[in-house]
Amino acid sequence: MSKRIDVSDLNVFYGDFLAVEGVNITLDAKSVTAFIGPSGCGKSTFLRTLNRMHEVVPGGRVEGSVLLDGDNLYADGVDPVLVRSQIGMVFQRANPFPTMSIRDNVLAGVKLNNRRISRSDADALVEASLRGANLWKEVKDRLDKPGSGLSGGQQQRLCIARTIAVKPDVILMDEPCSALDPISTLAIEDLINELKDQYTVVIVTHNMQQAARVSDKTAFFNIAGTGKPGKLIEFSETTTIFNNPVEKATEDYVSGRFG
Amino acid sequence: MSITKQAGSAGGRTGDKVFSGAALGAGVLIMVVLFAVAVFLLVQALPAFTAAPADVTGGRGFTSYIVPIVVGTLIAAAIALVIATPIGVAVALFISHYAPRRLAQGLGYVVDLLAAIPSVVYGAWGASFLASQLKEPYQWLADNLGWIPIFAGPASSTAKTMLTAGIVLAVMVLPIIASLCREIFLQAPALHQEAALALGATRWEMVRMAVLPFARGGIISAVMLGLGRALGETMAVALVLSSGPLMASLIRSGNQTVAAEIALNFPEAFGLRLHELIAAGLVLFIITLVVNMVARWIINRHKEFSGAN
Repeated sequence: MSKRIDVSDLNVFYGDFLAVEGVNITLDAKSVTAFIGPSGCGKSTFLRTLNRMHEVVPGGRVEGSVLLDGDNLYADGVDPVLVRSQIGMVFQRANPFPTMSIRDNVLAGVKLNNRRISRSDADALVEASLRGANLWKEVKDRLDKPGSGLSGGQQQRLCIARTIAVKPDVILMDEPCSALDPISTLAIEDLINELKDQYTVVIVTHNMQQAARVSDKTAFFNIAGTGKPGKLIEFSETTTIFNNPVEKATEDYVSGRFG
Repeated sequence: MSITKQAGSAGGRTGDKVFSGAALGAGVLIMVVLFAVAVFLLVQALPAFTAAPADVTGGRGFTSYIVPIVVGTLIAAAIALVIATPIGVAVALFISHYAPRRLAQGLGYVVDLLAAIPSVVYGAWGASFLASQLKEPYQWLADNLGWIPIFAGPASSTAKTMLTAGIVLAVMVLPIIASLCREIFLQAPALHQEAALALGATRWEMVRMAVLPFARGGIISAVMLGLGRALGETMAVALVLSSGPLMASLIRSGNQTVAAEIALNFPEAFGLRLHELIAAGLVLFIITLVVNMVARWIINRHKEFSGAN
Protein backbone atom coordinates (compact mmCIF):
# COMPACT_ATOMS: atom_id res chain seq x y z
CA MET A 1 0.00 0.00 0.00
CA SER A 2 2.89 2.30 0.69
CA LYS A 3 5.13 3.13 -2.23
CA ARG A 4 8.42 4.90 -2.70
CA ILE A 5 9.04 7.88 -4.93
CA ASP A 6 12.14 8.44 -7.04
CA VAL A 7 12.60 11.87 -8.53
CA SER A 8 15.30 12.46 -11.11
CA ASP A 9 16.44 15.72 -12.70
CA LEU A 10 13.17 17.45 -12.08
CA ASN A 11 12.73 21.04 -13.27
CA VAL A 12 9.48 22.79 -12.40
CA PHE A 13 8.22 25.68 -14.54
CA TYR A 14 5.44 28.20 -14.34
CA GLY A 15 5.22 29.30 -17.96
CA ASP A 16 8.79 30.21 -18.80
CA PHE A 17 9.78 30.80 -15.21
CA LEU A 18 11.97 28.06 -13.76
CA ALA A 19 10.75 27.70 -10.17
CA VAL A 20 12.66 24.63 -9.01
CA GLU A 21 15.73 23.23 -10.69
CA GLY A 22 17.39 19.84 -10.91
CA VAL A 23 15.91 17.89 -8.01
CA ASN A 24 17.10 14.33 -7.46
CA ILE A 25 15.63 12.66 -4.41
CA THR A 26 14.30 9.32 -3.20
CA LEU A 27 11.46 9.24 -0.72
CA ASP A 28 11.34 5.89 1.08
CA ALA A 29 8.16 3.94 1.63
CA LYS A 30 6.79 3.86 5.17
CA SER A 31 8.85 6.78 6.32
CA VAL A 32 8.37 10.48 6.95
CA THR A 33 10.37 12.89 4.84
CA ALA A 34 10.39 16.57 5.76
CA PHE A 35 11.10 19.46 3.39
CA ILE A 36 12.51 22.54 5.08
CA GLY A 37 13.83 25.82 3.76
CA PRO A 38 13.14 29.55 3.66
CA SER A 39 9.92 30.93 2.17
CA GLY A 40 9.81 30.94 -1.61
CA CYS A 41 12.51 28.29 -1.98
CA GLY A 42 10.19 26.02 -3.94
CA LYS A 43 9.55 23.28 -1.40
CA SER A 44 5.76 23.57 -1.64
CA THR A 45 5.98 23.85 -5.41
CA PHE A 46 8.08 20.72 -5.51
CA LEU A 47 5.69 18.91 -3.18
CA ARG A 48 2.81 19.74 -5.50
CA THR A 49 4.63 18.20 -8.46
CA LEU A 50 4.59 14.87 -6.64
CA ASN A 51 0.86 14.48 -7.25
CA ARG A 52 0.64 16.77 -10.28
CA MET A 53 -1.28 19.41 -8.33
CA HIS A 54 1.00 22.18 -9.63
CA GLU A 55 -0.63 21.71 -13.04
CA VAL A 56 -3.77 23.26 -11.61
CA VAL A 57 -2.03 26.64 -11.88
CA PRO A 58 -2.08 27.80 -15.52
CA GLY A 59 1.31 27.29 -17.14
CA GLY A 60 2.54 24.82 -14.53
CA ARG A 61 4.70 22.06 -16.06
CA VAL A 62 7.77 19.93 -15.36
CA GLU A 63 10.76 18.34 -17.04
CA GLY A 64 12.25 15.17 -15.66
CA SER A 65 10.60 12.20 -14.06
CA VAL A 66 8.82 11.22 -10.88
CA LEU A 67 8.61 7.45 -10.39
CA LEU A 68 6.08 5.93 -8.03
CA ASP A 69 7.46 2.43 -7.44
CA GLY A 70 8.94 2.63 -10.93
CA ASP A 71 5.92 4.07 -12.76
CA ASN A 72 6.54 7.53 -14.19
CA LEU A 73 3.79 9.90 -13.10
CA TYR A 74 4.60 12.15 -16.03
CA ALA A 75 4.66 9.47 -18.72
CA ASP A 76 2.41 10.07 -21.73
CA GLY A 77 -1.15 9.02 -21.16
CA VAL A 78 -1.00 9.08 -17.38
CA ASP A 79 -4.17 10.66 -16.03
CA PRO A 80 -3.43 13.24 -13.31
CA VAL A 81 -6.78 12.34 -11.75
CA LEU A 82 -5.50 8.81 -11.17
CA VAL A 83 -2.20 10.09 -9.81
CA ARG A 84 -4.00 12.23 -7.26
CA SER A 85 -6.15 9.39 -6.06
CA GLN A 86 -2.97 7.44 -5.30
CA ILE A 87 -1.06 10.34 -3.77
CA GLY A 88 -3.22 12.28 -1.35
CA MET A 89 -2.62 15.79 -0.13
CA VAL A 90 -3.29 17.77 3.03
CA PHE A 91 -3.16 21.54 2.71
CA GLN A 92 -1.87 24.40 4.80
CA ARG A 93 -5.34 25.62 5.69
CA ALA A 94 -7.85 22.98 6.69
CA ASN A 95 -10.36 22.79 3.86
CA PRO A 96 -13.23 20.43 4.62
CA PHE A 97 -16.07 20.96 2.15
CA PRO A 98 -18.36 23.42 3.91
CA THR A 99 -21.48 22.16 2.20
CA MET A 100 -20.96 18.59 3.38
CA SER A 101 -21.44 16.87 6.71
CA ILE A 102 -18.48 15.33 8.53
CA ARG A 103 -19.47 11.92 7.23
CA ASP A 104 -19.79 13.11 3.63
CA ASN A 105 -16.46 14.88 3.90
CA VAL A 106 -14.75 11.62 4.80
CA LEU A 107 -16.49 9.86 1.92
CA ALA A 108 -15.98 12.68 -0.58
CA GLY A 109 -13.00 11.09 -2.30
CA VAL A 110 -14.38 7.58 -2.09
CA LYS A 111 -17.55 8.43 -3.98
CA LEU A 112 -15.67 10.00 -6.88
CA ASN A 113 -15.48 8.52 -10.37
CA ASN A 114 -18.95 7.00 -10.00
CA ARG A 115 -17.81 4.44 -7.46
CA ARG A 116 -20.64 3.02 -5.43
CA ILE A 117 -20.32 1.95 -1.83
CA SER A 118 -22.87 0.19 0.34
CA ARG A 119 -24.12 1.92 3.43
CA SER A 120 -22.50 -0.54 5.82
CA ASP A 121 -19.17 -0.37 4.01
CA ALA A 122 -19.41 3.40 4.08
CA ASP A 123 -20.10 3.41 7.82
CA ALA A 124 -17.16 1.14 8.43
CA LEU A 125 -14.88 3.25 6.25
CA VAL A 126 -15.95 6.48 7.93
CA GLU A 127 -15.21 5.03 11.35
CA ALA A 128 -11.89 3.51 10.28
CA SER A 129 -10.74 6.71 8.59
CA LEU A 130 -11.77 8.93 11.48
CA ARG A 131 -10.08 6.56 13.94
CA GLY A 132 -7.03 6.62 11.69
CA ALA A 133 -7.04 10.39 11.99
CA ASN A 134 -7.59 10.28 15.79
CA LEU A 135 -10.87 12.12 15.39
CA TRP A 136 -13.48 9.41 15.87
CA LYS A 137 -14.09 9.95 19.59
CA GLU A 138 -14.60 13.66 19.14
CA VAL A 139 -17.08 13.54 16.28
CA LYS A 140 -18.83 10.16 16.41
CA ASP A 141 -22.01 11.71 17.80
CA ARG A 142 -22.23 14.47 15.20
CA LEU A 143 -21.30 12.89 11.91
CA ASP A 144 -24.20 14.64 10.20
CA LYS A 145 -23.15 18.13 11.31
CA PRO A 146 -21.17 20.33 8.90
CA GLY A 147 -17.42 19.82 8.94
CA SER A 148 -16.88 23.56 9.10
CA GLY A 149 -18.25 23.60 12.65
CA LEU A 150 -15.17 21.83 14.02
CA SER A 151 -12.12 23.55 15.50
CA GLY A 152 -9.14 24.24 13.24
CA GLY A 153 -7.18 21.24 14.50
CA GLN A 154 -10.19 18.96 14.18
CA GLN A 155 -10.83 20.24 10.67
CA GLN A 156 -7.26 19.44 9.70
CA ARG A 157 -7.61 15.92 11.10
CA LEU A 158 -10.89 15.61 9.20
CA CYS A 159 -8.96 16.48 6.03
CA ILE A 160 -6.44 13.77 6.89
CA ALA A 161 -9.29 11.30 7.45
CA ARG A 162 -10.70 12.30 4.06
CA THR A 163 -7.29 11.71 2.50
CA ILE A 164 -6.70 8.29 4.04
CA ALA A 165 -10.24 7.16 3.23
CA VAL A 166 -9.25 6.83 -0.44
CA LYS A 167 -6.37 4.57 0.64
CA PRO A 168 -3.53 6.41 -1.08
CA ASP A 169 0.03 5.14 -1.34
CA VAL A 170 1.56 8.44 -0.36
CA ILE A 171 0.32 11.36 1.74
CA LEU A 172 1.70 14.82 1.02
CA MET A 173 1.31 17.49 3.68
CA ASP A 174 1.88 21.15 2.89
CA GLU A 175 2.58 22.89 6.20
CA PRO A 176 -0.34 21.11 7.84
CA CYS A 177 0.20 22.69 11.26
CA SER A 178 1.08 26.26 10.36
CA ALA A 179 -2.42 27.54 11.20
CA LEU A 180 -2.84 25.44 14.35
CA ASP A 181 -2.22 25.96 18.06
CA PRO A 182 0.46 23.87 19.85
CA ILE A 183 -2.00 21.29 21.24
CA SER A 184 -3.58 20.65 17.84
CA THR A 185 -0.11 20.59 16.30
CA LEU A 186 0.90 17.89 18.75
CA ALA A 187 -2.17 15.86 17.82
CA ILE A 188 -1.27 16.07 14.13
CA GLU A 189 2.36 15.18 14.81
CA ASP A 190 1.32 12.11 16.81
CA LEU A 191 -0.90 11.19 13.91
CA ILE A 192 1.95 11.55 11.41
CA ASN A 193 3.97 9.12 13.52
CA GLU A 194 1.17 6.57 13.29
CA LEU A 195 0.56 7.19 9.58
CA LYS A 196 4.08 6.19 8.62
CA ASP A 197 3.36 2.58 9.61
CA GLN A 198 1.13 2.40 6.55
CA TYR A 199 1.96 5.30 4.28
CA THR A 200 4.80 7.20 2.74
CA VAL A 201 4.49 10.64 4.29
CA VAL A 202 6.04 13.82 2.91
CA ILE A 203 5.68 16.99 4.94
CA VAL A 204 6.63 20.58 4.17
CA THR A 205 7.22 22.57 7.31
CA HIS A 206 8.52 25.94 8.39
CA ASN A 207 9.02 24.66 11.88
CA MET A 208 12.43 23.04 12.23
CA GLN A 209 11.62 21.48 15.58
CA GLN A 210 8.66 19.84 13.91
CA ALA A 211 10.85 18.46 11.15
CA ALA A 212 13.23 17.13 13.78
CA ARG A 213 10.39 15.57 15.78
CA VAL A 214 8.43 13.84 13.05
CA SER A 215 10.72 13.00 10.14
CA ASP A 216 13.16 10.20 9.38
CA LYS A 217 14.85 12.11 6.60
CA THR A 218 15.00 15.80 5.87
CA ALA A 219 15.55 17.70 2.64
CA PHE A 220 16.80 21.28 2.78
CA PHE A 221 15.79 23.56 -0.10
CA ASN A 222 17.23 26.99 -0.72
CA ILE A 223 17.10 29.79 -3.23
CA ALA A 224 20.04 31.88 -4.38
CA GLY A 225 18.00 35.07 -4.76
CA THR A 226 14.72 36.50 -6.02
CA GLY A 227 13.91 35.28 -9.52
CA LYS A 228 16.38 32.42 -9.24
CA PRO A 229 15.15 28.83 -9.13
CA GLY A 230 14.94 26.92 -5.86
CA LYS A 231 17.27 23.98 -5.44
CA LEU A 232 17.60 20.94 -3.25
CA ILE A 233 20.72 21.69 -1.21
CA GLU A 234 21.02 18.68 1.03
CA PHE A 235 19.07 15.52 1.72
CA SER A 236 19.99 13.17 4.50
CA GLU A 237 18.91 11.51 7.73
CA THR A 238 17.14 14.07 9.91
CA THR A 239 19.71 13.70 12.69
CA THR A 240 22.52 14.40 10.22
CA ILE A 241 20.81 17.49 8.81
CA PHE A 242 20.28 18.97 12.24
CA ASN A 243 23.53 17.86 13.93
CA ASN A 244 26.29 17.75 11.36
CA PRO A 245 25.12 18.87 7.92
CA VAL A 246 27.60 18.77 5.06
CA GLU A 247 26.59 22.07 3.45
CA LYS A 248 27.33 25.42 5.02
CA ALA A 249 23.91 26.79 3.95
CA THR A 250 22.11 23.96 5.71
CA GLU A 251 24.04 24.56 8.90
CA ASP A 252 23.31 28.28 8.76
CA TYR A 253 19.61 27.61 8.27
CA VAL A 254 19.09 24.93 10.94
CA SER A 255 21.11 26.88 13.47
CA GLY A 256 18.91 29.91 12.87
CA ARG A 257 21.52 32.15 11.29
CA PHE A 258 19.16 33.06 8.45
CA GLY A 259 15.71 32.27 7.15
CA MET B 1 2.39 62.07 18.86
CA SER B 2 -0.61 61.43 21.05
CA ILE B 3 -2.19 64.74 19.98
CA THR B 4 -1.91 64.00 16.29
CA LYS B 5 -3.27 60.56 16.93
CA GLN B 6 -6.32 61.99 18.72
CA ALA B 7 -6.88 64.49 15.96
CA GLY B 8 -6.70 61.65 13.45
CA SER B 9 -9.26 59.58 15.31
CA ALA B 10 -11.58 62.59 15.74
CA GLY B 11 -11.45 63.14 11.99
CA GLY B 12 -12.24 59.49 11.56
CA ARG B 13 -15.24 59.89 13.81
CA THR B 14 -16.67 62.69 11.69
CA GLY B 15 -16.14 60.55 8.61
CA ASP B 16 -17.91 57.70 10.38
CA LYS B 17 -20.91 59.91 11.17
CA VAL B 18 -21.14 61.28 7.67
CA PHE B 19 -20.90 57.85 6.17
CA SER B 20 -23.39 56.18 8.49
CA GLY B 21 -25.77 59.10 7.88
CA ALA B 22 -25.42 58.74 4.13
CA ALA B 23 -25.91 54.98 4.32
CA LEU B 24 -28.97 55.39 6.53
CA GLY B 25 -30.37 58.02 4.16
CA ALA B 26 -29.89 55.76 1.16
CA GLY B 27 -31.59 52.89 2.98
CA VAL B 28 -34.52 55.08 4.04
CA LEU B 29 -34.85 56.50 0.54
CA ILE B 30 -35.31 53.04 -0.91
CA MET B 31 -38.01 52.26 1.64
CA VAL B 32 -39.77 55.56 0.90
CA VAL B 33 -39.72 55.02 -2.86
CA LEU B 34 -40.97 51.46 -2.52
CA PHE B 35 -43.68 52.57 -0.11
CA ALA B 36 -44.75 55.44 -2.36
CA VAL B 37 -45.03 53.13 -5.37
CA ALA B 38 -47.03 50.61 -3.36
CA VAL B 39 -49.40 53.27 -2.05
CA PHE B 40 -49.88 54.77 -5.53
CA LEU B 41 -50.66 51.35 -6.99
CA LEU B 42 -53.07 50.49 -4.17
CA VAL B 43 -55.00 53.76 -4.32
CA GLN B 44 -55.21 53.83 -8.10
CA ALA B 45 -56.10 50.15 -8.31
CA LEU B 46 -58.91 50.30 -5.76
CA PRO B 47 -61.68 51.37 -8.20
CA ALA B 48 -60.97 48.32 -10.36
CA PHE B 49 -61.49 46.00 -7.38
CA THR B 50 -64.72 47.67 -6.28
CA ALA B 51 -66.23 48.21 -9.73
CA ALA B 52 -69.34 46.31 -10.75
CA PRO B 53 -68.30 43.05 -12.51
CA ALA B 54 -70.15 43.99 -15.69
CA ASP B 55 -68.16 47.25 -16.04
CA VAL B 56 -64.77 45.54 -15.99
CA THR B 57 -63.19 44.49 -19.31
CA GLY B 58 -64.52 41.06 -20.17
CA GLY B 59 -67.67 41.75 -18.21
CA ARG B 60 -67.10 39.21 -15.39
CA GLY B 61 -65.21 41.13 -12.74
CA PHE B 62 -61.57 41.93 -12.12
CA THR B 63 -60.54 38.42 -11.05
CA SER B 64 -61.64 36.76 -14.27
CA TYR B 65 -59.91 39.57 -16.15
CA ILE B 66 -56.59 39.32 -14.34
CA VAL B 67 -56.15 35.58 -13.76
CA PRO B 68 -55.65 34.59 -17.43
CA ILE B 69 -53.00 37.24 -18.05
CA VAL B 70 -51.25 36.45 -14.75
CA VAL B 71 -51.10 32.81 -15.75
CA GLY B 72 -49.86 33.89 -19.18
CA THR B 73 -47.12 35.95 -17.53
CA LEU B 74 -46.06 33.03 -15.39
CA ILE B 75 -46.01 30.67 -18.40
CA ALA B 76 -43.86 33.07 -20.42
CA ALA B 77 -41.44 33.51 -17.53
CA ALA B 78 -41.35 29.77 -16.85
CA ILE B 79 -40.51 28.97 -20.49
CA ALA B 80 -37.77 31.61 -20.39
CA LEU B 81 -36.23 30.21 -17.20
CA VAL B 82 -36.50 26.57 -18.21
CA ILE B 83 -34.50 27.39 -21.32
CA ALA B 84 -32.15 30.05 -19.96
CA THR B 85 -31.14 28.59 -16.58
CA PRO B 86 -29.29 25.46 -17.74
CA ILE B 87 -27.73 27.28 -20.69
CA GLY B 88 -26.79 30.29 -18.57
CA VAL B 89 -25.20 28.16 -15.85
CA ALA B 90 -23.40 26.09 -18.45
CA VAL B 91 -22.09 29.17 -20.27
CA ALA B 92 -20.92 30.63 -16.96
CA LEU B 93 -19.18 27.38 -16.00
CA PHE B 94 -17.51 27.19 -19.38
CA ILE B 95 -16.21 30.74 -19.07
CA SER B 96 -15.08 30.34 -15.45
CA HIS B 97 -13.68 26.81 -15.39
CA TYR B 98 -13.27 25.28 -18.82
CA ALA B 99 -12.39 27.82 -21.49
CA PRO B 100 -8.78 28.87 -22.06
CA ARG B 101 -8.20 32.27 -20.49
CA ARG B 102 -8.21 34.30 -23.73
CA LEU B 103 -11.39 32.74 -25.04
CA ALA B 104 -13.04 33.16 -21.65
CA GLN B 105 -12.39 36.89 -21.67
CA GLY B 106 -13.80 37.37 -25.16
CA LEU B 107 -16.80 35.27 -24.37
CA GLY B 108 -17.41 37.24 -21.20
CA TYR B 109 -17.56 40.47 -23.22
CA VAL B 110 -19.96 38.94 -25.71
CA VAL B 111 -22.27 37.82 -22.92
CA ASP B 112 -22.22 41.28 -21.37
CA LEU B 113 -22.90 42.79 -24.78
CA LEU B 114 -25.94 40.56 -25.13
CA ALA B 115 -27.32 42.15 -21.97
CA ALA B 116 -26.90 45.61 -23.48
CA ILE B 117 -29.18 45.03 -26.47
CA PRO B 118 -32.42 47.01 -26.03
CA SER B 119 -35.49 44.87 -25.53
CA VAL B 120 -37.28 46.43 -28.50
CA VAL B 121 -34.53 45.07 -30.74
CA TYR B 122 -35.07 41.61 -29.28
CA GLY B 123 -38.78 42.06 -29.89
CA ALA B 124 -38.28 43.05 -33.51
CA TRP B 125 -35.86 40.19 -34.05
CA GLY B 126 -38.28 37.73 -32.44
CA ALA B 127 -41.26 38.92 -34.45
CA SER B 128 -39.65 39.27 -37.85
CA PHE B 129 -36.92 36.61 -37.86
CA LEU B 130 -37.32 34.02 -35.12
CA ALA B 131 -41.06 33.59 -35.63
CA SER B 132 -40.68 32.88 -39.34
CA GLN B 133 -38.01 30.28 -38.56
CA LEU B 134 -40.25 28.56 -36.04
CA LYS B 135 -43.29 28.03 -38.27
CA GLU B 136 -42.20 24.63 -39.50
CA PRO B 137 -40.97 23.29 -36.16
CA TYR B 138 -44.32 24.27 -34.65
CA GLN B 139 -46.16 22.51 -37.44
CA TRP B 140 -44.05 19.42 -36.73
CA LEU B 141 -44.78 19.66 -33.00
CA ALA B 142 -48.50 19.94 -33.68
CA ASP B 143 -48.42 16.93 -36.02
CA ASN B 144 -46.28 14.64 -33.88
CA LEU B 145 -46.65 15.76 -30.29
CA GLY B 146 -50.10 17.28 -30.59
CA TRP B 147 -51.46 14.90 -27.93
CA ILE B 148 -49.47 16.84 -25.31
CA PRO B 149 -51.73 19.77 -24.39
CA ILE B 150 -48.96 22.38 -24.64
CA PHE B 151 -48.27 21.36 -28.25
CA ALA B 152 -51.90 21.00 -29.31
CA GLY B 153 -52.60 22.20 -32.85
CA PRO B 154 -53.44 23.82 -35.09
CA ALA B 155 -50.08 25.55 -35.03
CA SER B 156 -50.15 29.31 -35.56
CA SER B 157 -49.43 30.28 -39.15
CA THR B 158 -47.42 33.30 -38.02
CA ALA B 159 -45.69 31.48 -35.13
CA LYS B 160 -46.19 34.61 -33.01
CA THR B 161 -47.04 32.44 -30.03
CA MET B 162 -46.31 32.03 -26.35
CA LEU B 163 -43.44 29.66 -27.02
CA THR B 164 -41.79 32.15 -29.38
CA ALA B 165 -42.21 34.90 -26.78
CA GLY B 166 -40.75 32.57 -24.13
CA ILE B 167 -37.74 31.81 -26.31
CA VAL B 168 -37.12 35.51 -26.93
CA LEU B 169 -37.38 36.13 -23.20
CA ALA B 170 -34.94 33.26 -22.60
CA VAL B 171 -32.38 34.92 -24.88
CA MET B 172 -32.92 38.16 -22.95
CA VAL B 173 -32.45 36.71 -19.47
CA LEU B 174 -29.60 34.42 -20.52
CA PRO B 175 -26.88 37.09 -20.23
CA ILE B 176 -28.15 38.12 -16.78
CA ILE B 177 -27.97 34.57 -15.48
CA ALA B 178 -24.69 33.80 -17.25
CA SER B 179 -22.79 36.87 -16.15
CA LEU B 180 -23.96 36.73 -12.52
CA CYS B 181 -23.21 33.01 -12.30
CA ARG B 182 -19.79 33.57 -13.84
CA GLU B 183 -18.89 36.08 -11.13
CA ILE B 184 -20.03 33.67 -8.46
CA PHE B 185 -18.22 30.67 -9.94
CA LEU B 186 -15.02 32.70 -10.12
CA GLN B 187 -15.33 33.42 -6.42
CA ALA B 188 -15.60 29.76 -5.43
CA PRO B 189 -12.72 29.24 -3.00
CA ALA B 190 -9.60 27.80 -4.62
CA LEU B 191 -8.93 26.01 -1.33
CA HIS B 192 -11.89 23.68 -1.75
CA GLN B 193 -11.36 23.22 -5.46
CA GLU B 194 -7.80 22.08 -4.77
CA ALA B 195 -9.06 19.80 -2.03
CA ALA B 196 -11.39 18.11 -4.49
CA LEU B 197 -8.69 17.77 -7.15
CA ALA B 198 -6.23 16.37 -4.62
CA LEU B 199 -8.72 13.63 -3.77
CA GLY B 200 -8.68 12.54 -7.40
CA ALA B 201 -11.70 14.44 -8.66
CA THR B 202 -12.09 15.10 -12.37
CA ARG B 203 -12.82 18.65 -13.36
CA TRP B 204 -16.55 18.07 -13.49
CA GLU B 205 -16.50 16.34 -10.09
CA MET B 206 -14.51 19.25 -8.71
CA VAL B 207 -17.15 21.62 -10.04
CA ARG B 208 -19.89 19.54 -8.45
CA MET B 209 -18.14 19.23 -5.08
CA ALA B 210 -16.57 22.62 -4.62
CA VAL B 211 -18.11 25.12 -7.04
CA LEU B 212 -21.82 24.41 -7.45
CA PRO B 213 -22.62 23.91 -3.74
CA PHE B 214 -20.79 27.14 -2.96
CA ALA B 215 -22.63 28.95 -5.74
CA ARG B 216 -26.11 27.61 -4.92
CA GLY B 217 -27.42 30.77 -3.34
CA GLY B 218 -25.86 32.87 -6.07
CA ILE B 219 -27.38 30.78 -8.83
CA ILE B 220 -30.80 31.12 -7.23
CA SER B 221 -30.36 34.89 -6.97
CA ALA B 222 -29.25 35.06 -10.60
CA VAL B 223 -32.26 33.05 -11.72
CA MET B 224 -34.56 35.25 -9.64
CA LEU B 225 -33.12 38.39 -11.22
CA GLY B 226 -33.67 36.77 -14.60
CA LEU B 227 -37.20 35.90 -13.54
CA GLY B 228 -37.75 39.51 -12.52
CA ARG B 229 -36.79 40.63 -16.01
CA ALA B 230 -38.87 37.93 -17.68
CA LEU B 231 -41.96 38.81 -15.62
CA GLY B 232 -41.67 42.50 -16.26
CA GLU B 233 -40.54 42.42 -19.88
CA THR B 234 -42.95 44.40 -21.96
CA MET B 235 -41.70 45.44 -25.34
CA ALA B 236 -40.39 42.09 -26.58
CA VAL B 237 -43.57 40.27 -25.62
CA ALA B 238 -45.80 43.01 -27.02
CA LEU B 239 -44.05 42.77 -30.37
CA VAL B 240 -43.70 39.00 -30.57
CA LEU B 241 -46.93 37.68 -29.15
CA SER B 242 -50.18 37.94 -31.02
CA SER B 243 -52.27 37.85 -27.91
CA GLY B 244 -55.59 36.26 -27.20
CA PRO B 245 -57.44 34.34 -24.51
CA LEU B 246 -55.62 32.00 -22.13
CA MET B 247 -54.98 28.55 -23.56
CA ALA B 248 -52.76 25.60 -22.76
CA SER B 249 -51.23 25.29 -26.21
CA LEU B 250 -48.01 27.24 -26.56
CA ILE B 251 -47.90 27.03 -30.35
CA ARG B 252 -51.27 28.60 -31.12
CA SER B 253 -51.71 32.34 -31.06
CA GLY B 254 -53.26 33.33 -27.75
CA ASN B 255 -52.33 34.12 -24.18
CA GLN B 256 -51.17 37.46 -22.87
CA THR B 257 -48.80 38.75 -20.20
CA VAL B 258 -49.54 41.46 -17.69
CA ALA B 259 -46.77 43.78 -18.80
CA ALA B 260 -47.68 43.54 -22.48
CA GLU B 261 -51.37 43.98 -21.67
CA ILE B 262 -50.61 47.20 -19.81
CA ALA B 263 -48.29 48.53 -22.50
CA LEU B 264 -50.64 47.80 -25.39
CA ASN B 265 -53.73 49.28 -23.76
CA PHE B 266 -52.40 52.10 -21.61
CA PRO B 267 -52.18 54.85 -24.28
CA GLU B 268 -55.92 54.72 -25.01
CA ALA B 269 -57.10 53.87 -21.53
CA PHE B 270 -59.16 56.24 -19.42
CA GLY B 271 -61.56 55.99 -16.52
CA LEU B 272 -62.06 52.50 -15.11
CA ARG B 273 -59.86 50.91 -17.79
CA LEU B 274 -56.92 52.95 -16.46
CA HIS B 275 -57.59 51.72 -12.95
CA GLU B 276 -57.79 48.16 -14.21
CA LEU B 277 -54.40 48.38 -15.84
CA ILE B 278 -52.84 49.90 -12.73
CA ALA B 279 -54.41 47.11 -10.71
CA ALA B 280 -52.79 44.65 -13.11
CA GLY B 281 -49.51 46.42 -12.40
CA LEU B 282 -50.11 45.99 -8.67
CA VAL B 283 -50.65 42.27 -9.18
CA LEU B 284 -47.37 42.04 -11.12
CA PHE B 285 -45.64 43.94 -8.33
CA ILE B 286 -46.95 41.46 -5.76
CA ILE B 287 -45.89 38.46 -7.86
CA THR B 288 -42.36 39.81 -8.13
CA LEU B 289 -42.28 40.48 -4.39
CA VAL B 290 -43.42 36.95 -3.58
CA VAL B 291 -40.91 35.44 -6.00
CA ASN B 292 -38.09 37.34 -4.33
CA MET B 293 -39.21 36.34 -0.84
CA VAL B 294 -39.41 32.68 -1.84
CA ALA B 295 -35.92 32.90 -3.32
CA ARG B 296 -34.59 34.41 -0.11
CA TRP B 297 -36.25 31.69 1.90
CA ILE B 298 -34.67 28.98 -0.26
CA ILE B 299 -31.25 30.55 0.17
CA ASN B 300 -31.63 30.85 3.95
CA ARG B 301 -32.82 27.30 4.41
CA HIS B 302 -29.34 26.01 3.63
CA LYS B 303 -27.40 28.52 5.66
CA GLU B 304 -25.83 25.98 8.01
CA PHE B 305 -24.08 24.22 5.15
CA SER B 306 -23.39 27.34 3.09
CA GLY B 307 -19.79 27.74 4.20
CA ALA B 308 -20.54 31.12 5.75
CA ASN B 309 -19.87 29.78 9.23
